[in-house]
Amino acid sequence: MKKSTTTKEIVNQGLLAGLIALSLNVIGFIALLGERELITGWVSLGHVFLFASPLAFAYLMSKKMGAESKGKLLGVGFAIGAIASLPSIILIFIESATNIRQFLANVSPALVEMLTFGQGAVLGSILLLIAFGLIGAFAAVISALSDHIRHPLINAFAWTLGFATFSEILLIRVRDIFGRGLAKLIFSGKALNPVFAIIFFAIVAAITVFWDKRGASIKEKMLNFTPVQNKQMARGKSALIALAILFLPLILGSYLTEVTNNVGLYILMGLGLNIVVGFAGLLDLGYVAFFAIGAYVMGVLTSEGALGLDAGFTFWTALPISVITATLFGIVLGIPVLGMRGDYLAIVTLGFGEIIRIIAVSDLFKDTLGGAQGILQIPKPSFFGTDLVQPGQLYYVVLAGVLLALFIATRLRDSRLGRQWMAMREDEDVAEAMGMNLVNTKLMAFATGAAFSGLAGAIFASKLTSIFPHSFNLIISINVLSLIIVGGVGSIPGVFAGALILVGLPELLREFAEYRMLIYGTLLIVMMLFKPEGFLPDQRRKRELHPDDEIEAPPQSVGAES
Amino acid sequence: MEAILSTRNVTKRFGGLIAVNSFEIDVKENSISSVIGPNGAGKTTFFNCITGFYTPTEGEIIFDGNEHIEGLRPDQVTLKGISRTYQNIRLFSNMTAIENILVGMHRHLKTHWIESIYKSKRFIKEEEDALEEAIRLLNFVGLKGLGDHSARNLPYGAQRRLEIARALASKPKLLLLDEPTAGMNPNESIELMHFIRQLRDEVGITILLIEHDMKVVMGISEEIWVMDFGQKIAEGTPLEIQRNPKVIEAYLGSGAASGLNLEQGE
Repeated sequence: MKKSTTTKEIVNQGLLAGLIALSLNVIGFIALLGERELITGWVSLGHVFLFASPLAFAYLMSKKMGAESKGKLLGVGFAIGAIASLPSIILIFIESATNIRQFLANVSPALVEMLTFGQGAVLGSILLLIAFGLIGAFAAVISALSDHIRHPLINAFAWTLGFATFSEILLIRVRDIFGRGLAKLIFSGKALNPVFAIIFFAIVAAITVFWDKRGASIKEKMLNFTPVQNKQMARGKSALIALAILFLPLILGSYLTEVTNNVGLYILMGLGLNIVVGFAGLLDLGYVAFFAIGAYVMGVLTSEGALGLDAGFTFWTALPISVITATLFGIVLGIPVLGMRGDYLAIVTLGFGEIIRIIAVSDLFKDTLGGAQGILQIPKPSFFGTDLVQPGQLYYVVLAGVLLALFIATRLRDSRLGRQWMAMREDEDVAEAMGMNLVNTKLMAFATGAAFSGLAGAIFASKLTSIFPHSFNLIISINVLSLIIVGGVGSIPGVFAGALILVGLPELLREFAEYRMLIYGTLLIVMMLFKPEGFLPDQRRKRELHPDDEIEAPPQSVGAES
Repeated sequence: MEAILSTRNVTKRFGGLIAVNSFEIDVKENSISSVIGPNGAGKTTFFNCITGFYTPTEGEIIFDGNEHIEGLRPDQVTLKGISRTYQNIRLFSNMTAIENILVGMHRHLKTHWIESIYKSKRFIKEEEDALEEAIRLLNFVGLKGLGDHSARNLPYGAQRRLEIARALASKPKLLLLDEPTAGMNPNESIELMHFIRQLRDEVGITILLIEHDMKVVMGISEEIWVMDFGQKIAEGTPLEIQRNPKVIEAYLGSGAASGLNLEQGE
């Protein structure tokens, strides 16, 4: 009886893995990523995604079976892998028998060629089955290894894959900073040199082995640091981070800095929406409205084109006006929704976001907002006579905005207002019964959120030098909300993590752009299932333990001893 | 003794349903008194009328001398000095115990939010004092050392106590406890009973209970009002209530009648 359930489970898991692999094939994901090589001549990103599902399912299955004999685990792993290949093999035969591209545009000969390793349908299918089986068996072996071998291996795989995934960009940076010689050594073509990949793999594994062995004692040493040493460590760390942030554009080069700037604007918006949604629990789907208002105010005030006000506004004088206007709109749009909760609030704010965008497109305000043609010739910010044109220069404008927002958001979170917001999020009725005025508390959240978004919009307008209504559609609101959810609702570090993952990564892996929404959706579902609190969840502040007192107390005893 | 809370003719209708019907009580200052009655009698609705969750359809609620509080918003009622707990615990579950109490202190914190951004001296002082007071309250309700735990991670009894601490944080003159011993075992109930008495004696506030546990009600109440179908059917000392035939009738079949025969005092 037990045996049959296990067999059934193996078939189930294998088919599940196979269906995931099949759907990735059918949507063209694998073929597209197959074009991005990771290790020259050997592995492409397509392979990684193709083999990911049998690998993961076989690993989890053999983990679940636990203390079985190694031979059996190996067999189960191979079986899951082999079964997982079946849906794809069926696809291969269907494709070679008839042309189904009419229905499934992405099932191309190129895909079949990749799946069959260029060996024709029959031999290729056998090869694919064996490859999947071996991957499954490999996963089973990994899971059966003892911790001190498995950990370095997994670490080394992850780092090597990560390094290889970004090799196209890293190549440029290594070449520009360290010269062509080193770049040639590490990369061949646009991907990682196989020899270097192996060396890199070994180095990471070695470091992990070392850290696993000695890390504990090093950590222990750090625990025994005197408070003064602790303070020095903390100071040293902050100084290093500050230096890194300050010189980031030099390290990143102009393309990556441009990406960073976009991430920065999203962080800015994320910090604002995090106050509204994360702290105060008010689900706002029209958040882009304030971004648009900030951008349009900046555009109208400073544009040198036909629509410009020509009243002598510069970026810096227009900036506060943009922010204040966005804030006022935050309050004005907040008033009608004061009595609404949950779904109703979401739908109404969604409507507001669209209204603002449609007003911008409309002919009614064509003379001031430019209609669908938008506002052009917005000057870039200048700083003491220098126009900030390069991404590396604009970086500091974005950085200043992010730091300001970060500072305000952190201080507010730790204040009475922050507690009011969170109490309101937890239970609005009880919060009111604690004596707080819900109207003020809600409007403060809407206003602060709108202010951050307006700031982001103003910088955005000036950075792009032109703005169009279609830049402000619903998808921006969804993006910002998604990054908050992925990072961790209500968590300030989570906003940074979410923005890097959802905005930064797709820019680095341009192939993903086409599948952006698909990846967002998958990521959100996976997050909700396995890590609903987000990547960097909010850490509640410890208040009762008085960590400060503990740091201050010991010096006296040190003094007493000497 | 003077009454701190008087309700006159308080009525609450939901459509055709009369949940509370001309209910009148006079809660004496510094007393412990109870509203009892079978399930669905309208006790919590009555509490909601007092605390501003509902606006009574008719009637007057007079608090602390001659202030009319009927029809005020919940936050305004709290500012007058009435605080409450809930039948189903309603803590801010993702906040820590200390933070829950700090939220309860809201009405006594005065610094403007602008000051919290540049951390004015006044703000720092106020926050330090508030934290100190919150820890004092936490210890007072017997939750010492649990302050940094999320409210939802606390054991049930501790959550009840935390809710009381949060209610006390607003320094109320009148504390309304809605079934404080619901879901507790007999030992926990007795412990809480002692605690409620201690609260009155040490903090010197007036306490009005809704309670099902007859042992608790008869043990600590000085005055009891019995509610059935929204109407007051009896009032008096525990002894008088126990002997009142109307009360026994109202409770018959609900199984609580046996509790009525318990001797007063613990």
